[in-house]
Amino acid sequence: MTPLQGCLLVSALLFAIGLAGAVTRRNAILALVGIELMLNAANLNFIAFWRYGPNPEALSGMMVVIFSIAIAAAEAAVGLALIIAIYRHYRTVNLDEIKNLKG
Amino acid sequence: MSLAFIIIAIATLFAAAAAMSLRNLVHCALSLVVALAGLAALYLALDAQFVGFAQILVYVGAVAILIVFAVLLTRSDATPNQAILAPDWFAGIVVSAVVFATLGWAALSSTGLPREMPPAPVATVKNIGDLLMTQYILPLEVIGLLLTAALIGAVIIAMKEETPKSSSSRGNEALTEKSEIGNRKSEIDQSLLTSAAMVQGKGGRS
Amino acid sequence: MFEALDQIFVTLKHQAVGFFPDAWHPFLSALISISFIPLVFATLFAFVTVFERKGIGRIQNRYGPNRVGIPLTKIRLCGFGQFIPDGIKSLTKEDIVPRAADKVVHFLAPVVLLIPVLLAYAVLPIGRNMTAADFDAGLLFFFAVGGAVELSVFMAGWSSHNKYSLLGAMRAIAQMISYEIPLILSAVTVIMIVGSLKLADIVAAQNQYSYGIAHWFVFTPWGLAGFILFFIASLAESNRTPFDLPEAESEIIAGYYTEYSGFKFALFFLGEYLGMFAVIGLGITLFLGGWTAPFSFLTWVPSYVWFFAKLMALVFVFIWIRATLPRLRMDQLMNFAWKFMLPLSLVNIVTTALWHFLGAGPLRWAVCTGLIFGAYAILGWGLMSNQKLGKRIYRFAD
Repeated sequence: MTPLQGCLLVSALLFAIGLAGAVTRRNAILALVGIELMLNAANLNFIAFWRYGPNPEALSGMMVVIFSIAIAAAEAAVGLALIIAIYRHYRTVNLDEIKNLKG
Repeated sequence: MSLAFIIIAIATLFAAAAAMSLRNLVHCALSLVVALAGLAALYLALDAQFVGFAQILVYVGAVAILIVFAVLLTRSDATPNQAILAPDWFAGIVVSAVVFATLGWAALSSTGLPREMPPAPVATVKNIGDLLMTQYILPLEVIGLLLTAALIGAVIIAMKEETPKSSSSRGNEALTEKSEIGNRKSEIDQSLLTSAAMVQGKGGRS
Repeated sequence: MFEALDQIFVTLKHQAVGFFPDAWHPFLSALISISFIPLVFATLFAFVTVFERKGIGRIQNRYGPNRVGIPLTKIRLCGFGQFIPDGIKSLTKEDIVPRAADKVVHFLAPVVLLIPVLLAYAVLPIGRNMTAADFDAGLLFFFAVGGAVELSVFMAGWSSHNKYSLLGAMRAIAQMISYEIPLILSAVTVIMIVGSLKLADIVAAQNQYSYGIAHWFVFTPWGLAGFILFFIASLAESNRTPFDLPEAESEIIAGYYTEYSGFKFALFFLGEYLGMFAVIGLGITLFLGGWTAPFSFLTWVPSYVWFFAKLMALVFVFIWIRATLPRLRMDQLMNFAWKFMLPLSLVNIVTTALWHFLGAGPLRWAVCTGLIFGAYAILGWGLMSNQKLGKRIYRFAD
């Protein structure tokens, strides 16, 4: 197993853990935490391929990860603001109880 | 794949698993911080210095604090007594196992992957800045717009709506005014906190 | 001869490392550089605690501690041995943990405070060629580990299971993240002019002399505005008066470290002072020329002496401000950060860009000074006219 395959396995496992958490936990905030873990796994994948790839001088992997970190931060902020607004309305963040389509 | 890399990777995976499986939400958030810091260490091991420091600045310094504040503002910081897993949790575990198996098989069976590490690239901040200003100028401007929109959106979503003066159970008018001032203050506080973490994330990027 | 004195620590380190086999050289060199940092700065911390108590005492027209010298002898040292009994006291006090507290998080909070703060010293250039770890993105590293301090504040406040602690922690985190933005934005102006995030490059850019005066950035209009903004923001980042509402004794007991006693409290105290030294050190590096001398006829003084002299001068100004100014209320604090310092730091960035592009000459001095002064006047007038300040009314109990 080459080092690159090791990195890819780590990021695949991280992605699977994030997915499992986002899908199985009841709390809305933990779903967001799972999404953040998945995004980070994808970032690790990008950096691994950039480092071991044919042309690391072009810095393209690094650029994508920089933008991805910024987007993930923005998405986390908006998602958590939504959760706070939902809590104010429903008084709960349990995803099983927030199931009305009509507000 | 030095020993340090393997140890950091295992620690990151353990912290991520803990972040998704602990009962108390604040413990989950703190384990997430450990996982993100471990990832930053992995980036440093892969010679991506700028990305590693940016990861700590943005994720550990801003996103983790945001998650912690959201946990506190939604009163979820006590250890829950009821079930923490959704009713269909087993299907979720199976699905994520299948996803991992697919990705792992794709990684391990590809033949075209390089074997050795090429020499370390010159990833100085100057090169990154040059690329950002020449080749990636359009994504940079779009990210600026996106962060501004997210900032304004987060503040507006999290801001408390105008409470109507129909709180007859309160009685005293002075008390209603005080509670409104309290509402205003807590609304300003909340929107300031959310926007503070947002702008910090944005300020860390720009 | 003075160059040898300037580089004496570097040569000593090279000689000490030379005794060992070649393969160990990088590791040993890094080890010696790193072990230098806690030794020097912890000693400085001990000195500054006594210095602060004596300084505040003198400003308040009383003596500070002036009796304890070296224990078990008759040497008085004007009270500067006070830190020895203070240290022994904090080591031997009982370590009380509340029963409802979260034990693991409660234990880890002081550790999580100290580690990033000590990491931040690694990139500060203490003298010529005397940076422990000169990263290419050194300034980004400093701000990144500075952001990790807020997490420890939250851990301390939440794990104590105490309303005052949680409230103090929330206020402290809100204050820290609010003031981190003017801090970083005023550092951005220096990065724009120097063109590099390496702290050694920033100091080297200020190591030039014209008419005998150094090219410190504080001698330019944008540098002066940036330095004042950085100074005020660093007061807030270190939770010093006038921004010490989260930990004021008369307001909220002790805020987020109410439930800490004994050695853990000493670790918090140490972490706070070390953080203060680190951010002052960064301000010196960015604006006051780091280890360079102000005048060209004073360059014979060793570089590390200049760094520590500037550090002690700024620490004295911190102590002076603590003894003089009253505390800001939470909403006054937040308004000040978001409505005054943030717009001023943005105007400062524009002014720095104008400074760079207008070319040398009196025009850029006039334009930049006018811009900063105009923005300050407009902001100040706008904010002051919003307040409804009337004549002070005194009410006495009848």
